Amino acid sequence: MDRNEVLEKLTPIFREQLDNEEIELNAETTAEDIEEWDSLSHIQLIVAIEKAFGIRFTSSEIQSWDNVGEMIDSIISK
Amino acid sequence: MYKTFSELKKVLRKDTHPNKAIKVALLGDTATQFLNIALKGTAKTEGFELNIFEADFGQISRQIMDPSSEYYEFDADYTIIFESTHKLLNQYYKSSDFSKNFADTKISYVEELYQAIQSRTKSRIIYCNFPIIDSKIFGNFSTKVESSFNFQLNKINYLLSQEIAVQKDNFFIADLLSIQNKWGRDFMFTPSIYINTEMVISIDALPIVAHHIFSIIASLEGKFKKCLILDLDNTTWGGIIGDDGLEKIQIGNLGIGKAFTEFQYWVKALQKRGIILAVCSKNDEDKAKEPFEKHPDMVLRLEDIAVFVANWENKADNIRKIQRILNIGFDSMVFLDDNPFERNLVRENLPEVCVPELPEDPAEYLEYLYSLNLFETASFSENDSERTRQYQVEARRTVDLESFTNVEDFLKSMNMVSDVQPFNSFSKPRVSQLTQRSNQFNLRTVRYTEQEIDNLIQSEKHVTLSFTLEDKYGDNGLICVIVLEEQDQETLFIDTWLMSCRVLKRGMEDFTLNTIVDLAGKYGYKYISGEYLETSKNQMVKDHYKNLGFTCENNRWILNVNDYQPKTVYIKNK
Repeated sequence: MDRNEVLEKLTPIFREQLDNEEIELNAETTAEDIEEWDSLSHIQLIVAIEKAFGIRFTSSEIQSWDNVGEMIDSIISK
Repeated sequence: MYKTFSELKKVLRKDTHPNKAIKVALLGDTATQFLNIALKGTAKTEGFELNIFEADFGQISRQIMDPSSEYYEFDADYTIIFESTHKLLNQYYKSSDFSKNFADTKISYVEELYQAIQSRTKSRIIYCNFPIIDSKIFGNFSTKVESSFNFQLNKINYLLSQEIAVQKDNFFIADLLSIQNKWGRDFMFTPSIYINTEMVISIDALPIVAHHIFSIIASLEGKFKKCLILDLDNTTWGGIIGDDGLEKIQIGNLGIGKAFTEFQYWVKALQKRGIILAVCSKNDEDKAKEPFEKHPDMVLRLEDIAVFVANWENKADNIRKIQRILNIGFDSMVFLDDNPFERNLVRENLPEVCVPELPEDPAEYLEYLYSLNLFETASFSENDSERTRQYQVEARRTVDLESFTNVEDFLKSMNMVSDVQPFNSFSKPRVSQLTQRSNQFNLRTVRYTEQEIDNLIQSEKHVTLSFTLEDKYGDNGLICVIVLEEQDQETLFIDTWLMSCRVLKRGMEDFTLNTIVDLAGKYGYKYISGEYLETSKNQMVKDHYKNLGFTCENNRWILNVNDYQPKTVYIKNK
């Protein structure tokens, strides 16, 4: 799966979990760009992404990403 | 059947207006923000609004032991105490020597919390018990080492029930351990999330935990399931009685028959606990009844079924018919049917009826039904198992009434006798239970725990009355509860007037009022005042006081004791 495919799969997960249909993601998107993305909803995102991709993040990965791009790197590395 | 956490969160954004607001304090020693959301969402789907006070985590003792804390200021109806096994294990590790007294010490601490809360508030306490963390320090041998954490943890869970829940009113256990037993530790707990957020319940388990905790609250608020309606073919037994015949239906010890037999034992146990059973089947009635009468392997018998409806009409109409006979809310009914078409038809026509999505394979019925925890209850009394018989009698009465042209003749023919008593220790459980169960014929819907009933018995400001009703068909048991409170020297206020709907239209209201007025006169009161507090369910008594001849003054209904003409009744004092 390449980075664009991962991004495409991530977008509906973000929209669903954060309950905002307008969310557009790119590699540079950070939590500051999306109002609903706070430390609590971040956990919801993690769990939903783990399920959708059939992976498990390590506990240090969970807090390590600065933007969506780095999140995609983690997913691809699995 | 469970909503996901995201769905619960979305429910909260919907702009609906639940009919009842409840104040809940949530005190945890780990992060509880998600549990807070899940609880609110769960409550809202059930028509309640929770107003939650969430203390910063790790503040349980401070909030409860300090009389001036925010917790006491909030004045909760319910206090949820959620202590985690992780913190408990940590305490155990830190205690200087591995101690045989660890469990006892913990239990004393929980008792202290309980006493502190009880001495200052009327809040009910919901304490979460401890899912097991098996650290395998001793392996299986921990069962032989009293000082091991495993041993002490099991002991704590046992003592929470034995020493506190069983002994004390207002203390309820949310059985998180049972959730872990059912769903598994790896489902219930996510280590990476715990490390990052200090949350000990996984996102997937939260809706289940919230459901269990909220079920306790809902049932104490009078909302719980009272009736189980069963389809027959391929639900209660395997095969189709009309096609296969008595010998060929599957039930008993062989093959898939075993699944249905075990299912029936479960249903029978519910019936003994007080759940009313009804049958709703598309069959000829005589064929449908045949297995109940003649099949040697049937666990359920006709006498277990309060209302038996078998015909070829649509099931929604038949469930409406059952509802009319039993006179209970649709939201207190569960309908089990193997046929997805029937399930959807009932869901569409009667959205309040709970219709579980039974698995295709009957072998899986039970484990699925266990997972839903449908039949939470807030009380249990000995005469619960009598309920089916009473409803059967009621059905017979309904038929007899139709044969009389004159209602008075019918009432006279019933030879009704009522035993009127102040509350006492014998009637206490039943009285408390009625205050919690009765929703329809209930003027003010005040709920009383057994301990609160005790307080009323002792109170000098209150007069209490309980009424039984016996007639030629049988004994209905205790069916009416009255709590009178002295408002001033001249006036007695009716704090509680509730009646079981089973005894409607028999003049019981008139008999009760005669008794109240008589009593008020004896004690020298001049007025009786009553009040109707509307809920979504007690419309039937909206004009209760008006119909009885009270006059309205400033939102209270007043009756002059001296002007009262006793009403004609056909009920005698026992």
